[in-house]
Amino acid sequence: MELKFDIVGGDFNLAGRASSKIKKVLKQLGIDPKIIKRIVVAVYEAEVNVVAHSVGGRLFAQINSSEINVRVVDDGPGITNIEQAMTVGFSTASKEVREMGFGAGMGLPNIKKNTDEMTIESELEKGTSLSFTNRF
Amino acid sequence: MNISDLAELTEAKIVVGDPKDPIQIERAFSSDFMSDVLTLENHMLVLITGLANLQLIRTVEMADIPVVLLCRNKKATQEMIELAKEIGIILLESPFSIFRASGVLYQNGIKPVY
Repeated sequence: MELKFDIVGGDFNLAGRASSKIKKVLKQLGIDPKIIKRIVVAVYEAEVNVVAHSVGGRLFAQINSSEINVRVVDDGPGITNIEQAMTVGFSTASKEVREMGFGAGMGLPNIKKNTDEMTIESELEKGTSLSFTNRF
Repeated sequence: MNISDLAELTEAKIVVGDPKDPIQIERAFSSDFMSDVLTLENHMLVLITGLANLQLIRTVEMADIPVVLLCRNKKATQEMIELAKEIGIILLESPFSIFRASGVLYQNGIKPVY
C-alpha cells in the first residue's frame, strides 16, 4: 500500500493530517500500538519540520506486511549543517514556530530515536529528503 | 484518578468527554512545548498545558495521551473541540495556573512522568 500527502509550508493547521491517516491505517492492520506510536511520532515530527522550515513538500508512505517506509521530501531551502540539526536542543525555528509549541531542537533526534533506520540528505536551495523505516 | 475527580480538584469544565469515562489517570506532564511532549513514552497520562491550538490536539493524538487539561483560563477553539471529539481525547478547561493545577494533582496522588 502506498500513501501520498502534500505538505504545505507554513500551514500548521494542516500538519498532522498524514500522521493521523497513517495511524488509522496501521490500527486497521492490527499493528502493535507501541510500534504505531513510534511510527506516528516520527511521521508527525517530519510533517512539522516541513511546515516549520520549508516552502512545502510531499510525504510518501509504503506499508507492507513487515514494515513501513516513509520518505519526506521538501523543495527547500535545505539544511546548512545536518550534524548540527541532529543535535538535541539545536533549532533554527522562528518565534512563530516556537509559539506553536515547536522548535525545541528535538525533531530530528526524536525521529531517529523512534525509527529503526533513518537517512537524511539535504542540498542548500534545493531541498531535503528524509527517509525512515520501522519494522513491525 | 478518574475524570470527575480531576475536574473537581482543578475546578475544570469538561469540554469534550464523559465525566463517567472509566479511564484512570496515574501520571501527569506539564508543558507548553509539544516537542517535549512527543518524547514521552508513558501512556495514560494527563497533559497539563497553557497551549490552546490545533497542534496540541494533533500532538496528543500521536503521543497516545488521552486527557488534556487546559490551564491559565485558556479556552479550546471550535476546531480543537471537533478534532478532540473525532479522535476521542478528553479535554478540560481550568482557571488554575499550570503550577497550581500540577501542585493540586500531585498532592492528590498523581505521579510525575519522570
